[in-house]
Amino acid sequence: MSIELEAWVTMAAFAGAGFSMGFGAIGAAIGEGFAAAKANEAISENPTYSGDIVKMMLVGQAIAETAAIFALVIAVLLLFAAGGEVSMITAAGLLAAGLSMGLGAIGSGVGSGFPAGQACAGLARQPALSRNLTTTMLIGAAVSQTPAIFAMVIAFMLMFINFAGGTMHMIAALLGAGLCMGFGAIGSGIGSGFPAGAACEGLARQPAMGGRLTTNMLIGAAVSQTPAIFAMVVAFMLMFLNFSDLPLHPTSAALLGAGLATGLAAIGSGVGSGLAAGAGCEGWARQPFTTGNVLVIMLVGQAVSQTPSIFGLLISFVLMFKAYPSTELFALSTAVFSAGICTGLGGIGSGVGNGMAAQSAVTWVARNVEQEAILMRTMLVGQAVSQSTAIYAMVISLALIFLV
Amino acid sequence: MAIEGAELIQASAFLGAGLAMGLGAIGPGLGEGMVGAKACEAIGKNPGEAGLLTRTMLVGQAVSESTGIYSLVIALLLLFVV
Repeated sequence: MSIELEAWVTMAAFAGAGFSMGFGAIGAAIGEGFAAAKANEAISENPTYSGDIVKMMLVGQAIAETAAIFALVIAVLLLFAAGGEVSMITAAGLLAAGLSMGLGAIGSGVGSGFPAGQACAGLARQPALSRNLTTTMLIGAAVSQTPAIFAMVIAFMLMFINFAGGTMHMIAALLGAGLCMGFGAIGSGIGSGFPAGAACEGLARQPAMGGRLTTNMLIGAAVSQTPAIFAMVVAFMLMFLNFSDLPLHPTSAALLGAGLATGLAAIGSGVGSGLAAGAGCEGWARQPFTTGNVLVIMLVGQAVSQTPSIFGLLISFVLMFKAYPSTELFALSTAVFSAGICTGLGGIGSGVGNGMAAQSAVTWVARNVEQEAILMRTMLVGQAVSQSTAIYAMVISLALIFLV
Repeated sequence: MAIEGAELIQASAFLGAGLAMGLGAIGPGLGEGMVGAKACEAIGKNPGEAGLLTRTMLVGQAVSESTGIYSLVIALLLLFVV
């Protein structure tokens, strides 16, 4: 059965549209569900303000919906407006665009649900704060949308730029770029939602902290965005660096692996940094006089939680820039691809685990600031042990790249 | 590129090594993080027992680490022995 080139492009566009909307619907629905659940809880606590709470819920849900609307736009464009040159590179770009947008919308959808839900809960507690809560919610939810916007930018580039270069190289590089950005946006999207939610909750608890809570939320969320930015950088490199003079095998497998290494590893670091940031906002609201101590341990905890995504970035760079001898051995191509997924998957657990340790340490520094030093030590020891498996994964990846 | 039986087996071993270590690292990473979190919580509540709690944390994490080490062993076996 031979399939014409036009048919491949159409097939890729349709499959990309399916991935975009299918994956893209997951996150927003979960986030909106969280907002609605919190709104119900809030109304049962304070039925007098049910009208305001419902209004707040709808505004919050509308923002959480944005990520899914991005995915819808990309899916519709893929169905009706995609095209360009008829080539396998175009086909790969369209499929990758769908994957980037679909996967990339998951995290932001979930993440922006947290501020929406906590703003409803806060409104039941402090109805007079309606205006401040709305502002904090809007800022927090907007920041949580950023990774989905990165994913949309990459998706547009994959759809509308006519990439040139060796066909097989470019197919692997474009698919790698799409997967890298898509997976890489998940963790940061969810993670940025934690400080945003905690800031709304904290505002209702400690209205006097308002502006400073927003500051801490923005700091924490910005650090949580870092893994998504790593993923975007790798996606850009895969799209725009010229790999075509390198030998086809194993370079094409290495490019796909490079995308997956940073993309997957970013999931854990994004969520983990967000957990620490959320605890930081909660701590500021609870104990305004410990803000400096809380900020320090929050940033240290977040920095350690970033490590697995840095391992991923490192392996991606090695995979992209190592000078491979040309090989016709299928096994060697498999080895470099496997190196990418090993560090990528291996980083997920450690990233989230480090974040959980940091979250708890930050929470307890806010409650028991005299024990700051010992909490910091315990957190770092715990994180180091939790990091070990990510290091094993990196070692295996390096062995797959350099030793076999 | 033509793929032969022996090479397919070698390729599967490499892919298996990556998957074994990659997937196998998720659980211990999460589990040890949880132990670390609870240890921080416990020390925050009862700082007097910090030494005992740190020791307990490390023992718990070491046990949780074991599956990660199994993954590492299997990955190394797949890479260099079989």
